[in-house]
Amino acid sequence: MDEYALIMRHEDGTKIASPEQIQVWMKQTMDWIGGIAAQNKFSSGTGLLFDDARVVRSTKVVTNGPFGEIKETIGGFIVVKADSVEEAVEFAKGCPVLQGEGNTMEVRRIAKNDGTH
Amino acid sequence: MGRQFTGAFLCMEQQELIPNLFRTEYRKIVSVLCKRFGFGQIEIAEDIASDTFLVAAQTWSMQGIPQNPIAWLYNVAKNKAKNYLQRDKTFEKKIAPELKTNERGETEIEIDLSPQNINDSQLQMMFTICHPAISPEAQIGLSLRILCGFGITEIADAFLTNKETINKRLFRAKEKLRDEKISIEIPAPSEIDKRLETVLTTIYLLFNEGYYSVSQNQTIRKDLCFEAMRLCYMLVENKYTNKPQVNALLSLMCFHASRFDARINKNGETVLYEDQDTNLWNSDLVSKGGYFLNCAASGDKLSKYHLEAAIAYWNTQKTDTQEKWEAVLQLHNRLLQIEYSPIAALNRTYALSKANGKREAIKEAEKLNLADNHFYFTLLGELYTNIDNYKAKQHFQRALSLAKTEADKQTIQKKIDKL
Repeated sequence: MDEYALIMRHEDGTKIASPEQIQVWMKQTMDWIGGIAAQNKFSSGTGLLFDDARVVRSTKVVTNGPFGEIKETIGGFIVVKADSVEEAVEFAKGCPVLQGEGNTMEVRRIAKNDGTH
Repeated sequence: MGRQFTGAFLCMEQQELIPNLFRTEYRKIVSVLCKRFGFGQIEIAEDIASDTFLVAAQTWSMQGIPQNPIAWLYNVAKNKAKNYLQRDKTFEKKIAPELKTNERGETEIEIDLSPQNINDSQLQMMFTICHPAISPEAQIGLSLRILCGFGITEIADAFLTNKETINKRLFRAKEKLRDEKISIEIPAPSEIDKRLETVLTTIYLLFNEGYYSVSQNQTIRKDLCFEAMRLCYMLVENKYTNKPQVNALLSLMCFHASRFDARINKNGETVLYEDQDTNLWNSDLVSKGGYFLNCAASGDKLSKYHLEAAIAYWNTQKTDTQEKWEAVLQLHNRLLQIEYSPIAALNRTYALSKANGKREAIKEAEKLNLADNHFYFTLLGELYTNIDNYKAKQHFQRALSLAKTEADKQTIQKKIDKL
């Protein structure tokens, strides 16, 4: 069994959601993760906060937030256990982030620190 | 005539008194002596404690029960321990020469059976026995014997096995702890959280052994639960071990134990949660559970015991509100992220059906890979009831074929009949 990171990508991180919307989205995310955990396929999860976000460029210039000319931003990621990338993709399809038009889920197999990758 | 009558009366009283004292005092004597001798000599400590009760049984039946039976027992145990230490060869070699300077020429050996030392020794013993070097099963067995003063027969009854098996299991466990040279002490502050984890796991297993036991013996089952709670309470009372997760576990056990009398009827059959008479729920234990849950609400670590205690709290509220089921669902979502278990997965799916509706829960239930679990098919049967009764019946029948106990089969049959 491999581990896959399911990365939530927001097309536009500058959109501000209402507290009610955030609450609904939180519940849906928790239910989505709970559903994966109930299948014993959840490994870990990390939410990423927009507060105090910084972008460091190759020139060492630091800007606030991942916003600006790069609009797309990462909202968080979870790591799941799956037998195949197809299974991991099925988990990703349930993520509420996909309700937002233009948002995407990136599915990436985690390198197993065993010298093969 | 009069004397004979008194004698018979004492015998009756003794029949109750000695086993009761054994249960409460044996473990204290063993812990103190074992701490004094070192774990390597645990069998000697056990022998001295057992001998003490044997002498008590013989002496008290002849001379009557002493004014202060506990002090009497401690005295006998102390003397036996001193005799042992005096005879002990290592003792003679290492310490006796130094004692020769003692003017009176007497050896001063102290056996400290003060409440403080009894308490400390028991607590330290808990960490020694609940050591990751031995299996959880062995930890529970040794805990029952040495920390709870259970007889070998009682332990065998609780595990539905024979005395020989238990004796072997305990012997091997003690041997292993001796080989590993596990010392009797409270771990250093830097280690305590990690070691507490094993201790709490053992206490919780001990509790579950009583709560979900296959043993039909109600008294033993209840005793197992209350012993687990007593051990956990000892940890709460000590400033080094009074941690949030310890309070959370105690809270969880209080909430569960509050339904002890309601969940089994007069014929020893299990009464399902929804059919329980809430008048039989113990409100004192419910409020104690609430108290310890409050005490658990500190620190920055959310343990599985916190989540389970919060779920158990909601189970003491027999309401059917959206608020309750949403809270129970979210608690399960988090619990499963910390630790997966089939029962948590099933309970989560049930809460999902209550919070988000049956159709969503059916979709989620069908993703669970629990095809050998009769509770799984019972849940599917419940979810399909009134949505597709044909499918509901199929699932209940599958559950019926997988159920092992008569009580489970009866429960499922009732559900089929209701359709």
